[in-house]
Amino acid sequence: MLTLDAKLPQGPIEDAWTNHKDQLRLVGPKNRSKYKVLVIGSGLSGASAAASIGAMGYQVECFCFQDSPRRAHSIAAQGGINASKNYRNDGDSTWRLFVDTQKGGDFRAREENVYRLAELSTAIIDQAVSQGVPFAREYGGKLANRSFGGVLVERTFYCRGETGQQLLLGAYQALEEQIAAKTVNMQTRTEVLDYVIIDGKVRGVISRDLVTGEIKRHVADAVVLATGGYGNVYYLSTNAKNCNVSALMRAYRRGAGFANPCFTQIHPTSIPASGDYQSKLTLMSESLRNDGRIWVPRNKDEKRKPSDIPEADRYYYLEERYPRYGNLVPRDVAARNAKDVCDQGLGVGPTGYGVYLDFAAAIEQKGVDAVKSKYANLFEMYERITDDDPTKTPMRIFPAVHYTMGGLWVDYNLMTTIPGMFAVGEANFADHGANRLGASSLMQCLADGYFIIPVTIGNYLSGLEKDNLTTDDEHFAKVEAEVRDHANKMLSIKGKRSTNSIHRELGKIMWEHCGIQRTEASLKEGLKKIPELREEFWNNASILGVNESMNQSMEHAGRVADFLDFGELMCRDALLRDESCGCHLREEHQTPEGEAKRNDEDFAYTAVFEYKGEGEEPELNKEPLNFEALPLMTRNYKS
Amino acid sequence: MKIKLHVWRQLNPESKGAMETYSLDGVNPDMSFLEMMDMLNEQLIEEGKEGVAFDHDCREGVCGACSMVINGEAHGPKRETTTCQLYMRHFSDGAEIYVEPFRSGAFPIIRDLMVDRSAFDRIIQSGGFISNHSGPKPEPNSIPIDPGVAETALDAASCIGCGACVAACPNGSAMLFTAAKVSHLGMLPQGQTERYDRVQDMTTQMEEEGFGSCRNYAECEAQCPKGISIAFIGRMNSDFLKASLVEPVDRRGKMKAQ
Repeated sequence: MLTLDAKLPQGPIEDAWTNHKDQLRLVGPKNRSKYKVLVIGSGLSGASAAASIGAMGYQVECFCFQDSPRRAHSIAAQGGINASKNYRNDGDSTWRLFVDTQKGGDFRAREENVYRLAELSTAIIDQAVSQGVPFAREYGGKLANRSFGGVLVERTFYCRGETGQQLLLGAYQALEEQIAAKTVNMQTRTEVLDYVIIDGKVRGVISRDLVTGEIKRHVADAVVLATGGYGNVYYLSTNAKNCNVSALMRAYRRGAGFANPCFTQIHPTSIPASGDYQSKLTLMSESLRNDGRIWVPRNKDEKRKPSDIPEADRYYYLEERYPRYGNLVPRDVAARNAKDVCDQGLGVGPTGYGVYLDFAAAIEQKGVDAVKSKYANLFEMYERITDDDPTKTPMRIFPAVHYTMGGLWVDYNLMTTIPGMFAVGEANFADHGANRLGASSLMQCLADGYFIIPVTIGNYLSGLEKDNLTTDDEHFAKVEAEVRDHANKMLSIKGKRSTNSIHRELGKIMWEHCGIQRTEASLKEGLKKIPELREEFWNNASILGVNESMNQSMEHAGRVADFLDFGELMCRDALLRDESCGCHLREEHQTPEGEAKRNDEDFAYTAVFEYKGEGEEPELNKEPLNFEALPLMTRNYKS
Repeated sequence: MKIKLHVWRQLNPESKGAMETYSLDGVNPDMSFLEMMDMLNEQLIEEGKEGVAFDHDCREGVCGACSMVINGEAHGPKRETTTCQLYMRHFSDGAEIYVEPFRSGAFPIIRDLMVDRSAFDRIIQSGGFISNHSGPKPEPNSIPIDPGVAETALDAASCIGCGACVAACPNGSAMLFTAAKVSHLGMLPQGQTERYDRVQDMTTQMEEEGFGSCRNYAECEAQCPKGISIAFIGRMNSDFLKASLVEPVDRRGKMKAQ
């Protein structure tokens, strides 16, 4: 049984974070350099955390598997970052951002965390601008805004369609500043493979140098996991090819609780998959829904070109079904409706799994140049991939696996159930509940990295007794031996099948059995198929080369092995959560209109899984959710 | 489609490399270039041979990881396109394609098509940032920025650090990369305090890394996947000149010594 003490602050939610911060213990400036913190991952949350903690004077070692921290997948975020600045004078406030996020997540997030996120949002913009992030400006030189799904205000700040890139470069530059100042020791092309736990606390990691294959030991006082999400369990997703779940799974096996693994966001506006060879899906930013109208033909056997189909024969299904939010309904709602019209046979494109995102009306109203300038690089990207010009013919889009709301369970200080191990950004489960609203992932990563972890980690470290632990300690030797055994086990399979083909098959199982919609039967079927595929992996995978050199085949195999175990955990969670909420739609639980129907009586909790050993069923622990500041309400985007 | 590939294979930095030839059948024109490379690697693995090592990650043209010289051009024949966003429909059936790593003395080869571009990180470390700590900051709207300036700064900031500019330059110069960062930060009000130190520190580091000098071939602009203009090199040169004429040299070093 895990002890799930979330350490939630008491008192009114408006003052909770301030009061909590005031109570946290500090490490004095002179003592900080005595503590060593390892940050695993260097995306938005990792780079901002490593740079902030390093600048405070702690010794930081930061790891990434890429050749440079600037390549982390945060760079691909397009549309923007939310902040309740109320620059548009449209009634925005911290409270409203809190309400939108909590409602968007279908009341499956902790309200104290969500409120803190909304509260910190404005400081993130200030921080980024001070770093030189070139946000879009209006003619008077003030910051510009646009709107995203699930909200009725304009609070999204952006840099064309490359907001993630610019925010990441800001954090990366801050990190490079600290590397130059020698407060951060950067380890690139290095993968962290396991953790060393001593007396119940995390005290170090075992890494593999991806160029030489060298296995190294690193001792630490605290470890921060900033390793992103696990959407690639579906093989096809909008994630970068190398995103994986290994760091989280290996922490889970060492005792970190895994929360809500089944919450996966399916993004509504991706370029549809076109063939089996495809290695990933490319997202078209949700911001396009500001000007793009989504429709399909009303008639099943429509053969005309989209421009020849008259208004009367077009079905603007989101505008008709959700008049108040229209094309800007939240992602899960838009995704489900797209699949729904395609299942009815109204989909477009060669596979029948696509809908139109049409800019003709906006172009007519504002002119082609105005529309193009707003979405320039997105239009280019679309044209490059599909060979179609979206200003002349509507884009074709379809939902794709995107962000994962589940992750390691953390308390209010972002610490996992293993003392000293923290999880930030997409790697934790904390802020988005069952569904994430657009433009809020960047917000969470940076709130965690710049503002939360720098103070909460001090609270943990200040309570530590310093010892003289070195990597010669027997605990390190033991974990290192296990890491080597795992590698040797993979290299000794000597089967016939590429691990890529096994991964692709796992992805199909996940999409069919634990995708946009799930049922008890589909999940049970998935739970039968995954162990069979795991058998196949351990008996018939072809993994070449040796550990002691660069070995991309083995790197990939290790990640696939973890995905196989994780896929099973995900289906198990989806099966146990016998309700619909946010992105988790169990077909058995829908309103007559096809909306997700929550069961607050039985499922208003965070599901936290505890590892019980190889081949054993994990134990489900529950952290009950309380809704005091904002009472439970039904999500409604119709009126 | 049928494709004949000549790929540079090199086991490690010390070993001698050579071109190897492979034939691929059944290439789909809608595949990206890297998906075609995946296909080659699966074919090799099934034959019991190790795949070609190459860097890649986002596969949507922004992370800057992918780096290959394709038929003599960095990122291949299509303008303003990274290798991961190049599609096989841009080649004809039966094409012969030569694939080599980015070549520059400052980018040592690690294996096959993979090179070490950490010199770029060290150029950023030398001053490619605005010195800053995390914490409360002034209200950004109190410092208005002309939208044209913000847009031009963003044009420069769009550099993905892939290194194509270096690979394309006959001199292996890193001027476009360095100029993009110097311009991005030097144009914004927040970047003014360190503006002249930055340009000196970054250009010094660039030379120490062994990049060649700029001779205005403009190949960097032609092969830059983000279409970054060589006008930024002019801007950097102008700042460099001002810095050497009027500003105290090496202020950063002196500040740190205090």
